[in-house]
Amino acid sequence: MPDHPVTDSLLFGRLSWDAIPYHEPILVVTFIGVALAAAAVLGAITYFRLWGYLWREWFTSIDHKKIGIMYVVLGLIMLLRGFADALMMRSQQAIAFGESAGYLPPHHYDQIFTAHGVIMIFFMAMPLVTGLMNYVVPLQIGARDVAFPFLNNFSFWMTVVGAVLVMLSLFVGEFARTGWLAYPPLSGILNSPDVGVDYYIWALQIAGVGTLLSGVNLLVTIVKMRAPGMSMMRMPIFTWTALCTNVLIVVSFPVLTVALALLALDRYLGMNFFTADGGGNAMMYVNLIWIWGHPEVYILVLPAFGIFSEVVPTFCRKRLFGYASMVYATVVITVLSYLVWLHHFFTMGSGASVNSFFGITTMIISIPTGAKVFNWLFTMFRGRIRFEVPMLWTVGFMVTFVIGGMTGVLLAVPPADFALHNSLFLIAHFHNVIIGGVVFGLFAGITYWFPKAFGYRLDSYWGKWSFWLWLTGFYLAFMPLYVLGLLGVTRRMNHFDDPSLQIWFQLAALGALLIAGGIACFLIQLYVSFKRREELRDHTGDPWNARTLEWSTSSPPPAYNYAFTPLVHDRDAWWQMKQLGYTRPQGGFIPIHMPANTWAGIVLAGISLVMGFALIWHMWPLAILSFIAVIGVAIFHTFNYNRDYYVPADDVARCEADRTRLLASHA
Amino acid sequence: MSHPATANNGHDHEEDPLAHASLHSYLLGFALAAILTAVPFFIVMANVFSSSRVTGLVILAIAIVQIVVHVIYFLHVDFQSEGGWNLLSIVFTLVLVVIALSGSIWIMYHLDHNMMPMSLHDMRNIP
Amino acid sequence: MPEHTATLPGDAGRQFYLTEAHHTKNGTLLGFWVYVMSDCLIFACLFATYGVLGRNYNGGPTGADLFDLPLVALNTSLLLLSSITYGFALLQGRKGRVGSLLGWLAVTGLLGAGFLGLEIYEFTHLIAEGAGPQRSAFLSAFFTLVGTHGLHVTFGIVWLVVLMVQIGMHGLIIPNKRRLMCLSMFWHFLDVVWIGVFTVVYLMGVLP
Repeated sequence: MPDHPVTDSLLFGRLSWDAIPYHEPILVVTFIGVALAAAAVLGAITYFRLWGYLWREWFTSIDHKKIGIMYVVLGLIMLLRGFADALMMRSQQAIAFGESAGYLPPHHYDQIFTAHGVIMIFFMAMPLVTGLMNYVVPLQIGARDVAFPFLNNFSFWMTVVGAVLVMLSLFVGEFARTGWLAYPPLSGILNSPDVGVDYYIWALQIAGVGTLLSGVNLLVTIVKMRAPGMSMMRMPIFTWTALCTNVLIVVSFPVLTVALALLALDRYLGMNFFTADGGGNAMMYVNLIWIWGHPEVYILVLPAFGIFSEVVPTFCRKRLFGYASMVYATVVITVLSYLVWLHHFFTMGSGASVNSFFGITTMIISIPTGAKVFNWLFTMFRGRIRFEVPMLWTVGFMVTFVIGGMTGVLLAVPPADFALHNSLFLIAHFHNVIIGGVVFGLFAGITYWFPKAFGYRLDSYWGKWSFWLWLTGFYLAFMPLYVLGLLGVTRRMNHFDDPSLQIWFQLAALGALLIAGGIACFLIQLYVSFKRREELRDHTGDPWNARTLEWSTSSPPPAYNYAFTPLVHDRDAWWQMKQLGYTRPQGGFIPIHMPANTWAGIVLAGISLVMGFALIWHMWPLAILSFIAVIGVAIFHTFNYNRDYYVPADDVARCEADRTRLLASHA
Repeated sequence: MSHPATANNGHDHEEDPLAHASLHSYLLGFALAAILTAVPFFIVMANVFSSSRVTGLVILAIAIVQIVVHVIYFLHVDFQSEGGWNLLSIVFTLVLVVIALSGSIWIMYHLDHNMMPMSLHDMRNIP
Repeated sequence: MPEHTATLPGDAGRQFYLTEAHHTKNGTLLGFWVYVMSDCLIFACLFATYGVLGRNYNGGPTGADLFDLPLVALNTSLLLLSSITYGFALLQGRKGRVGSLLGWLAVTGLLGAGFLGLEIYEFTHLIAEGAGPQRSAFLSAFFTLVGTHGLHVTFGIVWLVVLMVQIGMHGLIIPNKRRLMCLSMFWHFLDVVWIGVFTVVYLMGVLP
């Protein structure tokens, strides 16, 4: 049984004033900065009396469009935090050679690379991907919302709570020092007795509940709520990839839940799943976590592939080449992603037969991805390409992702992996595919759908600057890491002895600065676009002359999405409607059935935050009370059967008439 | 504002959610399940087979049959329910469960065998 | 082709939208089923963990030393019976007989509570003997797998009681019928998992 020091109090557990890092100047400065920024934001909201508006229109909203936007906002904020960690790591590694120890001792550095990984995967990429799927999928299938609107709101707030816990660990206590996957025995109670790993566990478990429920939600939405006539093989490819992604979420996140739960049982109750003695087996954690971990990266990249499949036909003015093969490739990737996980630990000694099996499956999974790349290229061939910003990101993706994929196939060869595992080559590979694939895809998607969500396009001048800085910055930051990896340099080191390596790290740091410039340009782009929004206004709802149903609505769409449910006859339904001279209905509007807002999501998540914090700090009475409160509030919520309302036909008529006027005045 | 009594989202013509229940399927399912439970208990408690291996395989096989009985007679999964999606999702889940179970056991067996070479007796008794 | 569609001049004879209200199919039952599939994976991982660690006795007691098969047989019967009593409850519900429905639900809940009571008895007995979950990896895996199942049964019973109250308050409106079906899926799923538990953990656990 793990020791609980006598100093643990009943009410406050192991929380004490010592938990606040007064003596770490970097953290103190960060805290002051964050506190000032928070005060400014909260002050402004109060001054402009926006709390009521925020609560009514956003925090309690079950509108998939608003929830999608909030996810994207969360993801972008966490991108800044995760990237700050990256800058710190790059600068440390650029200077810490020989005598110079740099400015980040191992104790701090280890938390930074752990937080960087956790934040970028769970609180940047996942929310951005989920946000885009949430916003776009119901519109693309002609629906008014997702299948379970309340759950959608709840899922969002649970994700926020996870992010809040990770951010809290900066200022109260510390974060894990184990790497983003927290392998035992290092993450066990003996080697990490402090709160760091507990912050990690509870942040991910709480956010994981949100993600799993989101997976169920979008899956059922796509299966059940497609407009009449939209058979499976007439869905847009982004919806197909969303479907497969959510299938993967449903079948892989439970595995993460179990792995983290077993680790928690070891830490809290002294069990012996992953301990070095007692009969435990730490490799079982590694096994379980990667059964989750590999599907996870496909959860991130499949929506990006879907985004490219929308962007390329639109900006090449040509229908997507090989629709059926795209669908099959996506489904094959989905299934195969569950058969490759051991390639993350070839070196752990499972032997030739096991290693060869997984090496071969890993190589096979690159084939359907290759098929997709060819389909995009064939779509571009003899198309009339417009190099708008989303198309730039797409071309950047094609080159960058293919290189990353190739290094992946190289790593799939077990003997090669024995030399390169956990070297900087590995780091370069996965950043290559995640940045080149997921991040570039997300920027393409955000730029592409921004006008739909906000009614005006993003400024393309700053968008192009952002793209080019990201592209050149990426190559400068990560190509040196391939070299270093081949030279044998290990990952997660905060100091090196060999001065001949330093130049590579300095180049990489420069690359990171360029990426910082790219992010800055993106933020400037947001600001400038807002200032110039009248010039950039999208009046028609279809600024790109695109092909899928969401572009038939106004920008932004009304709350109810469609005054009348669309009837679909072919793929690229909106394109067909335009070709056949479709005209908007001007009358005959009917009342529309819509779900009502809910307070329960944010309240339940808020209580979960208290529970998570209490569990982390061993504040047992508070933990038990908040657990009971969560159950109680959830049960109370189920007694509410009145969760819907009708939009009166007159309101619909008024809204549609506004749009008719807008279209006429800009015809 | 909709009253709870009519709170079915306007879907008055929807199929009754309880439509699938039938006395016949429950009784038959129960009888089969009872037999398929009693037999393995008997096999183990009465030491019917001398080999542990054979016993293990037999009771596993019987368990799988009983699970199928439950799925058909109690959970009413067939090719029609939810437009075939119920069956598809259970088959898909089953495939992944088999992959996760067999993959884990195969991998962990090889890892232990290669990385912790010791006798079986020691394995069961290492502190 | 749906009846209530609209053709406007210029639509080339194609209808592009419905003029009547479109009732999307309700997704609650499928959604809950999908959730049950995710729960399947949770148990699969716990079974895998048990499969890997289940013979790591750490010099301590084995399944043969600890398991009381007659007790497990009794437990299994209680759970199986509760599955069929839930079925009887649904049949009464189909006929609209709320009183009988609630009666059979109560029986189901009591059987479930009996199952839990026996399990808690078994667990406390094991812990008192020094065979708690901290003793060995085998016991950690045992307590976690069987305990997680027990926790699910507990949640099921709480849900059952709440649903009985809600049916008492609002009768057999469609949302309540859906909730009954969801609980049915949940309850039967727990019985399916138990088949795995008694076979793999208890019966195979006592084999030499």
